[in-house]
Amino acid sequence: MMEFNTSELTLLIPEMLLLTMACVVLVADLFIPEQRRGITYLLSIATLVFTAIAILRLHDGSAIATTVIMNGAFVRDQLGDVLKLCILGVTGIVFVYSKAYLRERNLFKGEFYVLCLFAVLGMMVIVSSANMLSVYLGIELLALSSYTLVALNRDSGVASESAMKYFVLGAMASGMLLYGISMIYGATGTIDFQTMSEVIAAGGANGMILSFGLVFVVIGLAFKFGAVPFHMWLPDVYEGAPTAVTLFISSAPKLAAVAMALRLLDFGLGGLFEHWQQMLIIMAVLSLMLGNVVAIAQTNIKRMLAYSTIAHVGFMLLGILSGSETGYAAAMFYAITYAIMSAGAFGVVILLSRAGFEAETLDDFAGLNRRNPWYAFVMLSMMASLAGIPPFVGFFAKLQIINAVVDVNLTWLAIVAVIFSVIGVFYYLRIIKLMYMDEPTDEHPISPRVDMAAVLSINGALQLLLSIFAGPLIAVCVIAVSGIPG
Amino acid sequence: MEQLIPQIVFYTFSLAMVLSAIAVITVRNPVYAALFLILAFVTCACIWMLLEAEFLAITLVLVYVGAVMVLFLFVVMMLDINMDLVQQRFARYLPVSLLVAVIMLIEMLMVVAAKNFTVELFPMPAPHPLGYSNTEALGELLYTKYLFAFEVAAVILVVAIIAAITLTLRKRPNTRHQDPSKQVQVKKEDRLRVVKVETDTEYGKHT
Amino acid sequence: MMDHLMALGWILIKILAITIPLILAVAFLTLAERRVIGAMQVRIGPNRVGPWGLFQPFADVIKLLMKEVILPAKSNRFLFVLAPMLTLIPALVAWAVIPFEEGMVLAQIDAGLLYVLALTSVGVYGVIIAGWASNSKYAFLGAMRSAAQIVSYEIAMGFALVGVLVAAGSLNLTEIVLGQQGGIWNWYFIPLFPLFIIYFISGVAETNRAPFDVAEGESEIVAGFHVEYSGAAFALFFLGEYANMILISLLAALMFMGGWLSPLEAVPGIEGTFLAAPSIVWLLLKTMFFLFLFLWFRATFPRYRYDQIMRLGWKVFIPITIVWILVVALFVVKQWLWWAP
Repeated sequence: MMEFNTSELTLLIPEMLLLTMACVVLVADLFIPEQRRGITYLLSIATLVFTAIAILRLHDGSAIATTVIMNGAFVRDQLGDVLKLCILGVTGIVFVYSKAYLRERNLFKGEFYVLCLFAVLGMMVIVSSANMLSVYLGIELLALSSYTLVALNRDSGVASESAMKYFVLGAMASGMLLYGISMIYGATGTIDFQTMSEVIAAGGANGMILSFGLVFVVIGLAFKFGAVPFHMWLPDVYEGAPTAVTLFISSAPKLAAVAMALRLLDFGLGGLFEHWQQMLIIMAVLSLMLGNVVAIAQTNIKRMLAYSTIAHVGFMLLGILSGSETGYAAAMFYAITYAIMSAGAFGVVILLSRAGFEAETLDDFAGLNRRNPWYAFVMLSMMASLAGIPPFVGFFAKLQIINAVVDVNLTWLAIVAVIFSVIGVFYYLRIIKLMYMDEPTDEHPISPRVDMAAVLSINGALQLLLSIFAGPLIAVCVIAVSGIPG
Repeated sequence: MEQLIPQIVFYTFSLAMVLSAIAVITVRNPVYAALFLILAFVTCACIWMLLEAEFLAITLVLVYVGAVMVLFLFVVMMLDINMDLVQQRFARYLPVSLLVAVIMLIEMLMVVAAKNFTVELFPMPAPHPLGYSNTEALGELLYTKYLFAFEVAAVILVVAIIAAITLTLRKRPNTRHQDPSKQVQVKKEDRLRVVKVETDTEYGKHT
Repeated sequence: MMDHLMALGWILIKILAITIPLILAVAFLTLAERRVIGAMQVRIGPNRVGPWGLFQPFADVIKLLMKEVILPAKSNRFLFVLAPMLTLIPALVAWAVIPFEEGMVLAQIDAGLLYVLALTSVGVYGVIIAGWASNSKYAFLGAMRSAAQIVSYEIAMGFALVGVLVAAGSLNLTEIVLGQQGGIWNWYFIPLFPLFIIYFISGVAETNRAPFDVAEGESEIVAGFHVEYSGAAFALFFLGEYANMILISLLAALMFMGGWLSPLEAVPGIEGTFLAAPSIVWLLLKTMFFLFLFLWFRATFPRYRYDQIMRLGWKVFIPITIVWILVVALFVVKQWLWWAP
């Protein structure tokens, strides 16, 4: 009889709480009448808050408190805790922004919240995974929820089409990942990250099988990240999905993706650093190039932001491929700030939309300053931050990454990154120019509800505040990644 | 003799499995493709049986052959797939895909070559004692060592159910539904109305 | 070499010893069906061929075999011929693991219950393929109905069997029967009563028998999936359906009614007599009782509407089985009543 220690379950309380509450929301929503749907919304927010509190309560503050439980399936450490809190926070922002949008489009249904909560659970599983099986299951949980969310608006042909693309490519990526995992399992005889790295370090695995498996794992990861050349699904999905869903899948999952890359590549396959570094370099450079250049040609803001995502993914990969602690910390910091920026940018897009009207083209932003200077400023800070213009926080994120890359003597990479981000500045500035220089084409008043106005304002202010407090946040990231065996 | 019979069985089923798997992707008729896939599953189950994994083998038949493929056939038979169109598109991308496939095949052959997976590296496991129950052993592992994965998998299935219901259970505006309970409850007064019709004739008004 | 051939020959003899009585049983079941339903409808039923009509089944067989097998012009020949066999073969193969008495079983395998469930679920292919290969709208509609119905009820049936598995702690059919020793009170139909009812009703649905016979519902789709079949091919479908009925009845007897155990086992005063001893006769009697229920249902109930069938399967049976599995598991873990050590 295998031993099973029930006391380990206390460390799983946040996940269990989230799961239970997701089920409660699902069932409760059945009994809540249509006009009281707000209760579902409040319950979902409460779920996120209480899960976050549970994580904080378990958090013991010491720098390296890594506990592996459930027979090596789940790890609770600093990295996980920080990223989980950020995921919960960003999801909370998403809920607030999307409420009015969903209501106006007849999508204000309990399923949206339930699926988002399950997706968050999937991300938490990924973030805390300590073996290949947990990573894979987490990914599937996240992916399945995301596919459904994208297809949520069943009456829209575009949404269904993009969900189909997302699903087919996502399933293929999962297949690739599994194939790679099976190869690595064949070579090392384990799915456990810890044991795996030990076996590889001891030279007890066939190098050829390992690197063959690694290629597939990296391809699977790249698909999930949306890195070039596996990015094709990204613009279509961003454009086709309801903006509220785009907002969700563009922000929080990026945090999970970074955690997944760190766990898989560094925890498990750290011994193959030279191999995966080269692959990541190619993908990072291509992503930076393609993302920044193609974004210029876009007239649809959602597509433009999709290509911008690809470029930012390139930056995150740069941090990971540096293979150093500073690099990992920088990648993590970048992902956190990116999630907040992306949420804010799509938040403004949602703000400008209303029943029967999607603010999707760039021209919809024309003259925003005349219509509402404050939200124009919020958008300005988002764009400037995404572009990496000081003093906004995006600048510090980019700086950290470039620092880390230079530290490991990959100066040419740093130069490439800088050049393409300078090219990228163009399309962000174009939006700022549209907002401030052009005449408004649409005089419809902008009147968000109180909760959205408050959160969006804070989100905008964060772009500046975070840059003042960038130091402490980076320090947190450094502590978080210091638990990683390197 | 002791060795020979399992070997004959193994090669027979493997051959059948590989051939039917090839048939799945080459036959033109999608219904045939689905049927070949079923054959591949069944032969695969037989091979698992040889590996003494009887629980997995029977579950494969039960779940995939007995349920999943039934629904698959259901859908494939309902759809009228135009295979010519599919094949035209297929032909357009054939050169590129063939190139990639050949490269992949060579790589895979190099990696999964017999020398990398020799009997020395992967020795045959010791035979189980009589009365060893595969089902029990699997159950014990699933509910202890792999409990976390098992539970997450269960959550994934729940999400799949929610997803399926969310995406299909909706009232489309243009479709007409029958509601049997309403039909049954109809009363005469709901449907029948006696109207006095005034008629004009050449002889005057009649009511 | 000789040993192996001997073993093979012995197995073949055992197979025949199961199959031939089975086919005879099917033949007389058809007669019994007509006589029983006749009696219920105050008619006499067939009584002309042989004494009391006993040779009627043989006359039917000869008639069916003499008739022409018609292959519709635009049908898919190969699958059209294959389909009846696909119905019959799983129905016969499942008998391999059925124990008739302790030790009296062709293949003593541990996962017997799963094996039976897997094979009964494979039987649906005969119906689907027949419906498709006939290239006829009625046949196709029947096949679609049948597929949806069987897949739905298989879940409830599987859950009911999970309950049995939890109660017996084994998938081996012999051990399941032996787990019910100690008198009628210990037979699983008492602690697993809801599962027993659901299992049997699902069994009726799985075999496409009335009142769940929408797959052939003659009032709306003529004869459903076998509308294009005639002669020997039709006879095979018939054989498969009745063999399945007997199988379901026998399984219900094994899993819920104590199999070959005597109902008088714990009655004081007759211990040690033949009445209290386990015997194959008890098993056959119990099976006949369930077969009688099949016929009774057919004579009594009007056919369900398709949506009612689906609602019953998904919204009634599956929730009940899930709840009852939890209840049984609680009893087993806490060692209450039937599971007291």
